[in-house]
Amino acid sequence: MNVVSDTDLDRAVQNPDGYEGSLGGLTRRQFLTYCTGVAATLGLSSLMGSRIAAAATAATRPPVIWLSAQECTGCTESLLRAYHPTLETLILDMISLDYHEALCAGAGHQAEAYKAKSMKENRGKYILVVDGSIPTKDGGVYCMVAGKPILETVREAAEGAAAMIAIGSCASWGGIPSSDPNPTEARSVHEVLPGKTVINIPGCPPNPYNFLSTVLYLLTFGKPPALDVQNRPKFAYGRLIHENCERRPHFDAGRFALEYGDFGHRQGWCLYKLGCKGPETHANCPAIGFGDVGEGNWPVGIGHPCFGCTEQGVGFTKPLHALAKVKTFTPPTAFPTVNAPKGKGVSPAAAAVVAGVAGLGVGAVAMALHGMDKKDGPAASDHDTPQQ
Amino acid sequence: MSETAHRPLGGKVVTKPFLILGFFLLVAAYYILRRFLFGMGDVSNMSNGYPIGTWVVLDVVIGTAFGCGGFAMALLVYIFNRNVYHPLMRPALLGGVFGYTLAGLAVMIDLGRYWNAFNLLLPWYAQPNSVIFEVALCVMAYITVLWIEFWPAFLERMPPAFKKRFNLDKLQAFLKRYMYVFVGLGVLLPTMHQSSLGSVLLIMGSKLSPLWYTIWLPLLYLMSALAMGYGVVMLEATLVNRAFKTPSEARLFARLAWVVAGLLAGFLLLRWGDLAYRGYLGLAFAGDWDGNLFLIETVLFLVPLFVLVSHRRVSQRWQFLAAISLLAGGSLYRLNSYLMAVRPGNGWTYFPSAPELMITIGVVCLEIMLYLLFIKTLPVLHGAHQVQP
Repeated sequence: MNVVSDTDLDRAVQNPDGYEGSLGGLTRRQFLTYCTGVAATLGLSSLMGSRIAAAATAATRPPVIWLSAQECTGCTESLLRAYHPTLETLILDMISLDYHEALCAGAGHQAEAYKAKSMKENRGKYILVVDGSIPTKDGGVYCMVAGKPILETVREAAEGAAAMIAIGSCASWGGIPSSDPNPTEARSVHEVLPGKTVINIPGCPPNPYNFLSTVLYLLTFGKPPALDVQNRPKFAYGRLIHENCERRPHFDAGRFALEYGDFGHRQGWCLYKLGCKGPETHANCPAIGFGDVGEGNWPVGIGHPCFGCTEQGVGFTKPLHALAKVKTFTPPTAFPTVNAPKGKGVSPAAAAVVAGVAGLGVGAVAMALHGMDKKDGPAASDHDTPQQ
Repeated sequence: MSETAHRPLGGKVVTKPFLILGFFLLVAAYYILRRFLFGMGDVSNMSNGYPIGTWVVLDVVIGTAFGCGGFAMALLVYIFNRNVYHPLMRPALLGGVFGYTLAGLAVMIDLGRYWNAFNLLLPWYAQPNSVIFEVALCVMAYITVLWIEFWPAFLERMPPAFKKRFNLDKLQAFLKRYMYVFVGLGVLLPTMHQSSLGSVLLIMGSKLSPLWYTIWLPLLYLMSALAMGYGVVMLEATLVNRAFKTPSEARLFARLAWVVAGLLAGFLLLRWGDLAYRGYLGLAFAGDWDGNLFLIETVLFLVPLFVLVSHRRVSQRWQFLAAISLLAGGSLYRLNSYLMAVRPGNGWTYFPSAPELMITIGVVCLEIMLYLLFIKTLPVLHGAHQVQP
């Protein structure tokens, strides 16, 4: 993407609130390319690009309230490293990020007052995003924001939300804070909001594009994308990491790294025996990579086993070195040798069978022909005199 | 034409030929058991280079072409309304019933993971762009249709008391009334999968010699299936006529001859014309394995063509030879394009093992045994001299 200086921007964007302004300095071509890219990420038709463009440049930007509970800001950090679009394009031009502890300009009472105002004005219209798990022990006193347990804040905000997204493993299924012994009785967002649909974007941190694509889907279609049983968008979490892993051929061929730094590890062999949880973890990590620096930039790509952050009961729960439960096919116990025979040639028995059948065929034909016309010939000829 | 004109042949079922065929069936059963107990490698020479072996080529690709008698006759009798051929309909249909049913059986033996086969019927696993998927579904549907088409033969044979008890008269009336639907399907479905058997080869690319590999493969397969269908009707009727002394149908065949001759001429013209158009005529006369096979095929197709357009067609002997030559040509065409002219490269070779061949032979024996059993016990063959209505 081209670097756009401020003067360029001023020249290009005559009317910051108009069409050009909403493009944030992008050319029309760049913007449509981006929207089509998003459509492709979502597995939609390329024609959807124009619909996404229309939604992303709508006159009123949809308000987003972002609440942070027991979290490490890793999800936000991950989001800051998105480049198509950049986070500022998203929060300044596509959505109206009305409250986010780390990113909002205001602070203290000012920020809280603006949140309350936005939630009141946009009741039933805003998107609620939560990162971090919600402590429930002792009335939720272990995570207080603005003098109030986050549990109450989340429940209040959920009342008026049009859609809810839980970003990160903590918000999606509890994450690190919910691991044993779970001193704060941390729960996921959907557990503290019974009866409400919360779109889960698990990951520690999740790939920012899974989040951005989900938000743009919501804006375009006004409904969540197709979700799996754990309310994760299927476009991102529909397949096991194992299914699309670039090291999968090594798994199928039985080539495993056995310890860090050994020959197999240096050769980029499969990390299954080092405890890689790819075979039981649903995510699109091998397909889209992290940090926009090209493919291969994800844990398994750089030689570390997947630890299953998107999967409840795997990430932060199973020991790192424990073998994954392979949910697809297990590798065969024996592999073909490189000098496997390529055909066995003609065996005497087979030749005898073929010769026997051929002989039988010729004999049968001869027998059938024998005396065929003698008996029926004249009769057949009689019958065959033209009748038409 | 009254339906009572069809009558069972009667006579002993367990005869000497029946027992000899039964012996081969037992041998095949032994090897089939071994295949299911110890796997394909135990009985078959198929490999990663030649995943398609004699089971598929002989029992399915050639076997269903032999089973096309029902298709070819239905096309002639019902679609082109040539009712004079009606006496040939049921025997042809019976050949189709067994040709296809046993092709299905052979596929189940050939499938590595046969227990997954039911997934074909689950729409959410369907891959509608796959030719093999189309063949599988279409053949399954056609087997069902063939049995329904043949069902009246069973109904006619059932004792009236039995029919009354299970209210089968109603079924018989229903079948009689709506048979045209199944006849229509019975003509439609083979055009789909017989052409698809040719389309399957389109992925062979350079593995198949240009003598066989052409974009016209689907049409060539359909035409050869039709021609073989008529060929098998001629052969069957002649053999049955000889063996059981039923009235001769040679007069019928003399008229059918023009249809078959036209088909054969079209087939040969398309094949040679396409070859010349693509500039590969030289390969046919190269004198090598492929070229010679191609020439043998052509000769085998030319023999019936010349017999059928000459005055010799009135001779039962020449008709029989023409049918044999036609079937041999069609079978060789299929055998060549699926196996003998296929070069997967990388050093792969294939010749079927004896057990593999015995299974195929056993399936064919079973087919003949069932055919004998059915024509003796069910109203299949036409018993009356007078065939005109």
